[in-house]
Amino acid sequence: MAATVDARGLSCPQPVIMTLDEIKKGKDKEIIVLVDTDTSKENVSRAAESQGFRINDVTAEGEGYRITMTKG
Amino acid sequence: MKGKNVFATRWGIIGVGACIGILAPLLQKLGNPGNMGICVACFERDIAGALGLHRAAVVQYMRPEIIGFVLGSLVAAYLFKEYRPRAGSAPIVRFVLGVFAMIGALVFLGCPWRAVLRLAGGDGNAILGLLGLTFGIWVGTLFLKKGYNLGRTQATHAAAGWMLPLIMLGFLILAFIFPQLEGQDKNGVLFYSLKGPGSMHAPLLVSLVVGLGIGFLAQRSRFCTMGAIRDVVLFGQTHLLSGFMALLVFAFLTNLVLSQFKMGFAGQPVAHTQHIWNFAGMALSGLAFALAGGCPGRQLFLAGEGDGDAAVFVMGMIVGAGISHNFGLASSPDGVGPYGIPAVIIGILVCLFIGLTMRRKSA
Repeated sequence: MAATVDARGLSCPQPVIMTLDEIKKGKDKEIIVLVDTDTSKENVSRAAESQGFRINDVTAEGEGYRITMTKG
Repeated sequence: MKGKNVFATRWGIIGVGACIGILAPLLQKLGNPGNMGICVACFERDIAGALGLHRAAVVQYMRPEIIGFVLGSLVAAYLFKEYRPRAGSAPIVRFVLGVFAMIGALVFLGCPWRAVLRLAGGDGNAILGLLGLTFGIWVGTLFLKKGYNLGRTQATHAAAGWMLPLIMLGFLILAFIFPQLEGQDKNGVLFYSLKGPGSMHAPLLVSLVVGLGIGFLAQRSRFCTMGAIRDVVLFGQTHLLSGFMALLVFAFLTNLVLSQFKMGFAGQPVAHTQHIWNFAGMALSGLAFALAGGCPGRQLFLAGEGDGDAAVFVMGMIVGAGISHNFGLASSPDGVGPYGIPAVIIGILVCLFIGLTMRRKSA
């Protein structure tokens, strides 16, 4: 079961903080992050990769993006 | 999915910082004030003066760079399909933060952009400012770690996101209709300076084109001087910092080439040597920028891509400039204004109040 972080509507640096918080919990191997700006998409991906996560998929969803990442 | 945004890579942000670092001293060479090739706070203050929101005779000019920043970002956002009209994340709080960010910046005499440009020009007082900025941002990160948050934005009408760009377009039209007349301090509805920093400016079209170019590049790269320091403190990330450092290095080199480098503390252009208040003014600004999520430049670029809350912050800064100069809060080369010190203290208390009270429910 993947954890979902809904960071839509939140501005920098909140999406990154929320993603890193979820990563720190360490419960799920897969995390899905929802964002609504390109800046957040880039920042979240950059932060996750620095924590050893791999960005598997980025799909457009509504007005924003769904980022799927897994550890390892 | 769109192609990769090269400007958002490490070399992209370094390139943008280098670009700004070269262009700012060139603007100074072409007429902008000393160590003020670009200063977002000072230039918004000059715009407030041009509109008569304050009547400090030496700082009145409709700065085309600011107009270009917003419109250049708007063009980039539309071109790359990143225009996202949004608003509604505690706008009044952002307005107040903008007011105090400007009050702090005008006690130091510059925003983070000018702080590094001053350092790159040899002004030692900038070191105090940059230390203050870092301190203010650090305090901001403590609140962020505790869950400080101004809440979510809502998507809104495309036209709602055009409000600040349209205001800037209006300003530009006014500048064309009422250009500066030789020896006149007013033409139509716009005020001009006959002496002082407001009288010093590069040719209008040059300033506008440089502003548009930087607005475009900064939108693509997410260049942010506050974020540069915040991300290091908060996440240990140096991505944005590399752009900020590139700005410093290239501005320093360009100043050397143009013989604009002069090291020292006393007698620096548009600067004073009251170290404590250089530090404290920028600490207030840094804290306000951190709580608002972006440096004054970034707020202009965000406003250009449709962020109505960033636009409110910008309006707060312009009104803050009016307050600063109307009520003697702003510094001058002689030192801090008569009410500058209490204003900084009140500003810090207000920012602490905002940081302490506005938190996410159940983290």
